[in-house]
Amino acid sequence: MWKPKTLSLFPLRNWFKYRKDFLLVWLLRGLSAIAGIVILLILGFLLREALPVLEEVGITAFFRDDSWNPGEKSYNLVPMIWGTGLTMMGAVLLATPLGIVSALFCHYYAPMPIASLYRRLIELLAGIPSVVYGFWGLVVLVPLINRLHPPGTSLLAGIAVLTLMILPTITLVADASFAKVPPEYLMGAAAMGLSSWGTIWQIVIPSAKSGLFTGVILETGRAIGETMAVLMVCGNVVQTPDSIFDPVRTLTANIALEMAYALDNHRSALFVSGLLLLGVIIVLAIAAELVDREAS
Amino acid sequence: MTKSIHNNLDRHKIAEIQPLMQIHQLSLFYNQKPAFKDVTLSIPQNSITAIVGASGCGKSSFLICLNRLSDLIPGCTVSGHIQLGTLNILSPKANTTALRRRIGTIFQKPNPFPMSIKKNITFPLKEHGVKDSQQRHNIVEQVLKDVGLWSEVKDRLQDNALTLSGGQKQRLCIARTLALQPEILLMDEPCSALDPISSGIVEDLILRLRQKYNYTIIIVTHNLAQAKRIADYTALFWVDKGCGRLIEFAPAEQFFNAPNNELTKAYVNGIKG
Repeated sequence: MWKPKTLSLFPLRNWFKYRKDFLLVWLLRGLSAIAGIVILLILGFLLREALPVLEEVGITAFFRDDSWNPGEKSYNLVPMIWGTGLTMMGAVLLATPLGIVSALFCHYYAPMPIASLYRRLIELLAGIPSVVYGFWGLVVLVPLINRLHPPGTSLLAGIAVLTLMILPTITLVADASFAKVPPEYLMGAAAMGLSSWGTIWQIVIPSAKSGLFTGVILETGRAIGETMAVLMVCGNVVQTPDSIFDPVRTLTANIALEMAYALDNHRSALFVSGLLLLGVIIVLAIAAELVDREAS
Repeated sequence: MTKSIHNNLDRHKIAEIQPLMQIHQLSLFYNQKPAFKDVTLSIPQNSITAIVGASGCGKSSFLICLNRLSDLIPGCTVSGHIQLGTLNILSPKANTTALRRRIGTIFQKPNPFPMSIKKNITFPLKEHGVKDSQQRHNIVEQVLKDVGLWSEVKDRLQDNALTLSGGQKQRLCIARTLALQPEILLMDEPCSALDPISSGIVEDLILRLRQKYNYTIIIVTHNLAQAKRIADYTALFWVDKGCGRLIEFAPAEQFFNAPNNELTKAYVNGIKG
């Protein structure tokens, strides 16, 4: 069955018929063009700034060099890629089940007043500035981990803080996608005396699958991009970690820490890591769009 | 007002009924506002009871009380008494899972689950403890034959149930309910979302279920002609002072040919409703 995705008020071929709306249409077009162009400009700017070092040492140098030491013309980003990848993966693996379970609780088990209070709390969690999370991590979490296994500033601390930060994203998206599960399914399941567990596992989760997947992609994007909080709790030592108690440095922290004094090729190399981050985010955005399209 | 309505019920005919389910002074409220009030009637065994009346007179609300689906609706409270054999349905101690297996429901809008045709039937069976997969498969074949869907879907049991047509979906919903072997089937306008041909097929199916398996069926419909075609007993609900009431309950023949109540007469003859 054919369904229009959005209604187009002004089909291109006869826009001139709507002379009264001429101004509005072009104003709207102009504004949306600006939003689009800004993103392209950022991408172009990143490319321009990254190009000198890419031309000079080639792309492989960023993966093959001995270490990250831009002063000595060594540009190995691999430890930072590990740092970003591991903190992100750990946080996503922890936050996803937690978020989905708390959305299920909120939607199907909690009494109305508790559910709405809980929802407000989660929204509040999403609104806390990241530096506050970092601050909390630094004064509470890091000393705790230090007692367990020094030095305390570590991959584990980064994962824990990031988990808290991305939890609201997945919870709110999951909650919204559970709200979209047709009530007829739930009525039908109840009318056959099916258990809540069976209903949730076999009917609710599969119907909300694409929404949940989008939520995972969004939280992954947030985890990759987060800078301040991880910078404060991760220790920022450039190394590929051997255990979760080792300090790590993420790509974002690397940029934030070195941008202030970087010159020439060093500066350019930081733009390469920025380009890398943007690339991953673009891939994730495309993945989210494809999942969405698949569902409809 | 309540008294006068009850006096109009034909007590002699009703007394001959073998009641399967007895409903006494049943009322339902949505946030303290009554949807229907003081309904007392006995549902006869192995027969089709049709509930007719204009929209908003509490027919569907009445139906959802009978297997406690009303529990699912926020702000909905039910008072009165419903007795099914030795089971007091409205008792807080009643096991709703077991109850809903005994009393199946078919909704107005066909609502197969978004999974394969076969799984729509096997998944509830699994939930109710039918562990043997061969046995489950046999039940699938049996119930799909019962609803006349087997020849249409036997080669595509693994297809998503949402790809079926409206009439096929509704028959699948009936099939998955039959698979649980309920004693009573509640049907809430099962044909009104279907085209005339599918509607006719489902109607024939309802009659066949009664004749072949002696199901007790309670069907809500606002299609008077349909009630006339299939019902053994008919109840008329009507809105009085913003709240649904049972006006008349009688064997279908009497209901349509010689009703006791003036309102029923007007409704049956198409003057009202």
